[in-house]
Amino acid sequence: MQEKDLQQKLRPAMVEGEHSFASVTDSISDITLKKRTPFGWFIGFGIAFMVAQLLMFSVIWLLANGIGVWGNNQPVGWAFDIINFVWWIGIGHAGTLISAILLLLNQKWRTSINRFAEAMTLFAVACAAMFPLLHTGRPWLAAYWLFPYPNTMGLWPQFRSPLIWDVFAVSTYATVSALFWYVGLIPDFATLRDRAKNKYFRFVYAALSWGWRGSARHWHRYEITYLILAGLSTPLVLSVHSIVSFDFSVSQLPGWHATIFPPYFVAGAVFAGFAMVLILCIPLRRWYRMEDFITKTHLVFMSKVMLATGLIVVYGYAMEAFFGWYSAAEYEVFMVKNRVWEGPYWWSYWLLIFCNGLSIQLLWFKRFRESEFWLFTISIIVSVGMWLERFVIIVTSLHRDFLPSSWAMYSPTMIDWSMFIGTIGFFFTLLFLFVRFVPIISIFEVRTLLPEANVHGHHQDFEANVNEVEYTYDRTDPPNE
Amino acid sequence: MAQIFNKSANNIAKISMVLVVVLAGVAGFAFTQISRSSYLTGRYLEKQQPVQFSHKHHVGDDGIDCRYCHTSVETTASAGMPPTQTCMNCHSQIWADSPYLEPVRASFRDNKPIEWERVHDLPEYTYFNHSIHVAKGVGCSTCHGQIDNMPAVYQENTLQMEWCLACHRNPEKFIRPKSEIYNMKWQDGDLDTAERDKLKSDYKIRSREMMTSCSTCHR
Repeated sequence: MQEKDLQQKLRPAMVEGEHSFASVTDSISDITLKKRTPFGWFIGFGIAFMVAQLLMFSVIWLLANGIGVWGNNQPVGWAFDIINFVWWIGIGHAGTLISAILLLLNQKWRTSINRFAEAMTLFAVACAAMFPLLHTGRPWLAAYWLFPYPNTMGLWPQFRSPLIWDVFAVSTYATVSALFWYVGLIPDFATLRDRAKNKYFRFVYAALSWGWRGSARHWHRYEITYLILAGLSTPLVLSVHSIVSFDFSVSQLPGWHATIFPPYFVAGAVFAGFAMVLILCIPLRRWYRMEDFITKTHLVFMSKVMLATGLIVVYGYAMEAFFGWYSAAEYEVFMVKNRVWEGPYWWSYWLLIFCNGLSIQLLWFKRFRESEFWLFTISIIVSVGMWLERFVIIVTSLHRDFLPSSWAMYSPTMIDWSMFIGTIGFFFTLLFLFVRFVPIISIFEVRTLLPEANVHGHHQDFEANVNEVEYTYDRTDPPNE
Repeated sequence: MAQIFNKSANNIAKISMVLVVVLAGVAGFAFTQISRSSYLTGRYLEKQQPVQFSHKHHVGDDGIDCRYCHTSVETTASAGMPPTQTCMNCHSQIWADSPYLEPVRASFRDNKPIEWERVHDLPEYTYFNHSIHVAKGVGCSTCHGQIDNMPAVYQENTLQMEWCLACHRNPEKFIRPKSEIYNMKWQDGDLDTAERDKLKSDYKIRSREMMTSCSTCHR
């Protein structure tokens, strides 16, 4: 094998096509600054915004009438609200994994997808956080139910309950993710500031970039901050969904009370998150011609992560069934039987196995890994599957209580659906705004991927690089008058 | 290209970072204070009554026992508001022609109760019973203050849940012997800790878990 081929195989180029520092900056920042907003953007934003109105309508309806408008009942007291909460929180996890863990592991390919994966995390957490608040029915009172503060009732939340751990886990997660995203954006905001022609855009980008001049001292501090934030986020990737899983596993309900839950939830979260990243980045790279930065190699890498985490999740399903049988406890055995074939929701379990277990097996084959169409389709199926997983865990465990006299069926109402679909609209509304106003790919980090960023090459190349660097400097950072 | 921001923007940026923290702290502190203020709780605010009945005169000067008017305090949830007939027991004889007391006589004549303004108004979702508190050694003045010094009755305490719980968590700090229940001059320091602990066991006051259980007060 040629040395070049071997290099390509071991360290595939993460930027394709003929690119220099300047052309990278141009092609990414022009989306925000120069190019006319594509007509499709208005259509997409319009649809998403209208769907988001469903959320507003359902929330108002819910607050006016109380949570009786949902299908929740006894014994299924947790239903769509918690299913959707866990689903959204899970989706966010890929963003943190990509930005933090892959950074610490020095995985260069993260740089072209981390920006919008982190944005996805933030928007997903925003959608997720709505559900537990609205689940209380009176969110204006939720302050003292959720947060420990010296209230006039002399009451504190139950610190022994995973629900309060969840409040801390999710709010820490949201804060650190927002910080991480924003700090990563500062140098790029500065680039936009220097290139913006519009007075107002320039003012906003200037305010957001906090006087960034790109001096060596700035970069030095920036690198340290970014690394510290990555260190802070890394445990969060594992802790947040572990704690979400405690909401279930700490209770003593058959179907919830299993030690496999934390790792199985974390793997499921990363699985769902990568599926969502793929769903977003496959059309995005097409529409905005970003194939040079989000390459096929990126898609293949993500599909591999999806396959690996998907297999862990399938192992989780197997272990749940095994635990049920191995426990030899009457209720556990009943739960497994009821969930898998005897109960009225058997179809949801098998649909789940199809979506999360069978569909991903295609990813063993190169042909499917390299096909955008198949990756997109499988990612959609996996997203549905991960939603079904929470449905199966929550509804099938709850609807058959210990006493047959309290058994009941659960079915969602229109408001349940409109609220869930509304959050999807809300999510995409934010995402469309993000794509329009913020560089969707980290400009300065992608520049480090170029071969010319690697300046200890041959002498001749070095000369060329220096010229190139000076050229870009002139273009991007005109000296102040 | 001209600078977008003036040089002062550097200072504004730094100050704003500090200010956000300080303002958040101040807002948090203000919140805890306002939520306990008499503006929201009605504490210490005297109320206009149809007749300015003075507890200071009737209890403090005349020495009438609480139970003379609030007859059901030892037996029922409500301490009981006296009917006009109770007033007329005396006021048919003394101050019988006073114009000040005309609303009382009118009420008696027309057989129409005087509409007193409630001073201590607990929310409907709290279950409160006077008789059990009296039976377990909680004196009137523990909650209502020194009524014998009040020309017009006002709310001595916030009636907020943290105030209820202060006693429900540590009842031994606030109880007194049965004989002193109606003593307006009683101070919590009149008994030492050991005596109050003994009282607590004599009264068979339940455990802290029971006393602070949700359904003890929210039924």
